[in-house]
Amino acid sequence: MSDQQNVQDFIRKTVAGNDVVLFMKGNKQTPQCGFSGRVTQILTQMGIDFKDVNVLDDASIRDGIKAFTNWPTIPQLYVKGEFVGGCDIITEMFQSGELEELIHEKGIKHVHHHA
Amino acid sequence: MAMNAADIERLIKTGLPGAEVTITDLAGDGNHYAATVVAAAFGGKSRVAQHQMVYDALGGRMGGELHALALTTQVPK
Repeated sequence: MSDQQNVQDFIRKTVAGNDVVLFMKGNKQTPQCGFSGRVTQILTQMGIDFKDVNVLDDASIRDGIKAFTNWPTIPQLYVKGEFVGGCDIITEMFQSGELEELIHEKGIKHVHHHA
Repeated sequence: MAMNAADIERLIKTGLPGAEVTITDLAGDGNHYAATVVAAAFGGKSRVAQHQMVYDALGGRMGGELHALALTTQVPK
């Protein structure tokens, strides 16, 4: 998948077609970066099912996703098509309970949990 | 290629005039820092937008030269 246009289309379809999408290094069973691992752990702990996209499988996706949201790092979490944040923001939101609020508001199945 | 704390602070302050910047070196390898940035310019902006403003100030180094920057942004109290 080299041509820029169908990379952006792939990203757009994936983000629109799944309630929760995590663009990460590695996959949910074997994250290959501490930051991707932490977000995976938070989502798993909250019982949130998510689509994982391993950006290491395809360099054009790894670069394409950064252009898609003007966000320079991986992982990137999307909920109902909206970019929520990277590792810092997701960790902060998890600790403050904002992540649970957002997930609840968007009607996404999760396990009630107090951080 | 690594960056030192002073470079990071200078870039952020140049890009966000009046910002208060606190940098902590997490690993001593010039690649893993934590930064807290307090700027009036963040007012009314989402966290994502605030972080993007800091990344813009770093002029594309984030994710490249600068591998890890644990970022916390705040509006002045």
